[in-house]
Amino acid sequence: MKAAVLAELIAARAAHRVVALATWLDGSDARVVTVDDAPPALAATVAQALREERALVAEVDGGEVLIEPHLPPTRLILVGAVHIAEPLAAMAALAGFAVTIVDPRRAWATAARFPGQTLDGRWPDDAIAALAPDLRTAVVTLTHDPKLDDPALIAALRTPAFYVGCLGSQKTHAARRARLAAAGFDDAALARLRGPVGLRIGARSPAEIAVSILGEIIASLRGAA
Amino acid sequence: MADATHDTGAVLAQAAAWKAAGKGVAIATVVRTWGSSPRPAGSKLAVDDTGAFVGSVSGGCIEAAVITAALDVIAGAPAQRLGFGVSDAAAWEVGLACGGKVEVFVEAVT
Repeated sequence: MKAAVLAELIAARAAHRVVALATWLDGSDARVVTVDDAPPALAATVAQALREERALVAEVDGGEVLIEPHLPPTRLILVGAVHIAEPLAAMAALAGFAVTIVDPRRAWATAARFPGQTLDGRWPDDAIAALAPDLRTAVVTLTHDPKLDDPALIAALRTPAFYVGCLGSQKTHAARRARLAAAGFDDAALARLRGPVGLRIGARSPAEIAVSILGEIIASLRGAA
Repeated sequence: MADATHDTGAVLAQAAAWKAAGKGVAIATVVRTWGSSPRPAGSKLAVDDTGAFVGSVSGGCIEAAVITAALDVIAGAPAQRLGFGVSDAAAWEVGLACGGKVEVFVEAVT
């Protein structure tokens, strides 16, 4: 592998880009490729390797090419350091997500309630803009307070986040959609909003609700929902 | 958590740092595995021209052979594909209940 290709791979990973390293196993070539710019003979394997998050070998012209996915870490941004955020943050961390809890209300976002988690005390719109959600980031609003939830959603819907969800009832969700429509989002943009969040598993306790939300996030990440 | 992604980032960064410092560098990558194998395809190990290494392509049972091949590649030998059968005894050493096979690609950073 040329040092320039190694540098390109490191830069792509640092920039949280979704890429694959294609290595010709006769040692003749190695390239950083994406789904869009992969050579046609490799495109299907590149797409599969990125989707399944595992290295695969493509057969081309009698030779073999190792296709290695390089994906950004999965992230979860929670807006609202409310009760349900405690089990949700802990469970998401166990599932491999880098979790950030955003809440400008200092009394809520405390290290005692969220041991080992990253807390962000900025206003949600500033925090979301700074955290720059990518294709591997989920954003969930939990506050039930439009002053906090709406700016977060407005910011999140302008990013490629794979999941944007809002805790709340059907009724409050309809009101939320109406407010966001008034803020300029069309039906296609609003169709990305998951609300009320969570798989229907009959969850009651905060921990059970966290399971249902995390289940829906993972289903969305894996293309199952 | 110490997942494969973090390991890979550290291996790539060390390989680049060694190269930038003027050292000879090779990278070994798991191509395929069969049966029980401690490290999945895509796992990496970087080696410098003194034999120093970071990363892992197995639980430790084939690293010595991979590093030897890496030093050959750094010295100018062509890229190599190495196949290893992990014996039941060696597999036991690395904590596996049964043997596995692994293929490793070793190439120089040029």
